[in-house]
Amino acid sequence: MNHVAALLVELGLLFLVLSLLGLLARRLGLSPIPFVLVAALAVGEGGIIPLDTAEPFLTASAEIGLVLLLLTLGLEFSAEELFGSFRRHAPSGVVDLVLNAPPGFAAGLLLGLPWEGALALAGITWISSSGIVARLLGDLGRLANRETPAVLSVLVLEDLAMALFLPLLVVALAGDGPLDAVAAVALAVGAVLLVLLAARRHGHRLGRLLTHDDDEQVLLRLVGLTLLVAGLAQSLGASAAVGAFLVGLALPPSFAARARALLGPLRDLFAATFFVAFGLATAPAEIVPVLPAAVLLAGVTIATKLATGWYAARREGVGVPGRLRAGTVLVARGEFSIVIAGLAVAGGIPEVGPVATAYVLVLAVSGPVLTRYVEPLSAPFLARAR
Amino acid sequence: MPGMDLEETLLPGVGVRYELKTRAGETLGIVVQREGGAEIAVYDRRDPDRARGVLRLTPEEADALAEVLGAPRLTQRFADLSREVPGLQSARFPVGPGSPFDGRTLGDTRARTLTGCSVVAIVRDADVVPSPTPGDRLQAGDVLVAIGSAAGLEQLDRRLSGQV
Repeated sequence: MNHVAALLVELGLLFLVLSLLGLLARRLGLSPIPFVLVAALAVGEGGIIPLDTAEPFLTASAEIGLVLLLLTLGLEFSAEELFGSFRRHAPSGVVDLVLNAPPGFAAGLLLGLPWEGALALAGITWISSSGIVARLLGDLGRLANRETPAVLSVLVLEDLAMALFLPLLVVALAGDGPLDAVAAVALAVGAVLLVLLAARRHGHRLGRLLTHDDDEQVLLRLVGLTLLVAGLAQSLGASAAVGAFLVGLALPPSFAARARALLGPLRDLFAATFFVAFGLATAPAEIVPVLPAAVLLAGVTIATKLATGWYAARREGVGVPGRLRAGTVLVARGEFSIVIAGLAVAGGIPEVGPVATAYVLVLAVSGPVLTRYVEPLSAPFLARAR
Repeated sequence: MPGMDLEETLLPGVGVRYELKTRAGETLGIVVQREGGAEIAVYDRRDPDRARGVLRLTPEEADALAEVLGAPRLTQRFADLSREVPGLQSARFPVGPGSPFDGRTLGDTRARTLTGCSVVAIVRDADVVPSPTPGDRLQAGDVLVAIGSAAGLEQLDRRLSGQV
């Protein structure tokens, strides 16, 4: 087979397998992310089937997948929702950080990672998967529940914090010293605030610049602008992901709806290649030795997320069963833990890859299962509720 | 609406939740999703934080329900108005994403000056801005409710869609 033929066949098979895995995941009521990770481990380096020809393509398109993931994350929330969540739920966001990041950091140091790697692991244990959680809330019919605004606000604050955490991590990984890290974070805070304020007043102008009757025009302009900003951010030593996130934030809500609809399928395709590329870079044999540590870390951070959700829901005056629902639904870690791990691996700490993979595998599966079965389990508390 | 207990909560990334305590003592939860779909729920008596019996509506179904419950009353009111003043009609004009007035103020449309029509309300998603002022900013997706003569309304329609 010549090169092009091999590339196309490999990619075709890959996407078909991903489709089957997605179906299986839906059937089981789980997120497809752990399935994709397992599949990617099974192929590639040290795996059953090599994906030699497609690998360079997958690595390149993984970068685009990362940019699109963060762009759609920025599009997900309007400035109004961010400010609203911050005003009302800032203490919950702080509790979330204080409870969930330190276990990751400590585990990183105990595993013998350099402090930059421990920092990455702190981010990995801190951030819940907004994709999995949002899906669960819809599937389980909890959108109208009274604890749900608190849960969603914790997710919003985490996602906003990512805009600050990612540049910090990137600078730390580059090893430029603490002064540069402080400067990078100050720059990131400034950029996020500036973009949010500008979006409030002038966002509609940007929206009008990108708007066109033709979907193709909108898609080309939006993707073009995003890649440009992401590239500039990367060259400035921030992260492409942060640049893309800021573009998403700056777009006005009126345009965001259309952008989400247009970008959705493209994002899904490229994000899939991102997860595959991440799995490819990790050899299955490296996972086994770190598995006990990852399971232990998962156990600890299930407890800390539970406490976070409990606290956030209690602030809203929600009873015990609702607090348990809020806590367990937040347990799932997923796409952004992998994003952080990807940055760490690319930044020269490949040891983060296997730990993060095992950790996400455990929690992307056990989180949804836990929150599904907490409802019948919390029945005894009903009498004491409120 | 006096005496009614309708509470609105923002659901980031999802939409808005409304909680309505009916006079009969029941609590109704309505989640209006960003994409236009809706969920209607009643709450568990034993666990008042938990939605039980959720009705899921697609955007079309939610629109149909809104039409059944809301629109006739609105139209009724304008029909009464039109009957009182012969020659007066009302119409609804959506502001499309390509409209020249997306992002500009109501005053910029110069509706009163150029067409003689009065914009009496702006309907934005689930909200209604009654008696809007010229300084109110329009966005794509808004629906303007205007009253005026048949010819004036036609003129206003062309102006809002950017044909004039």
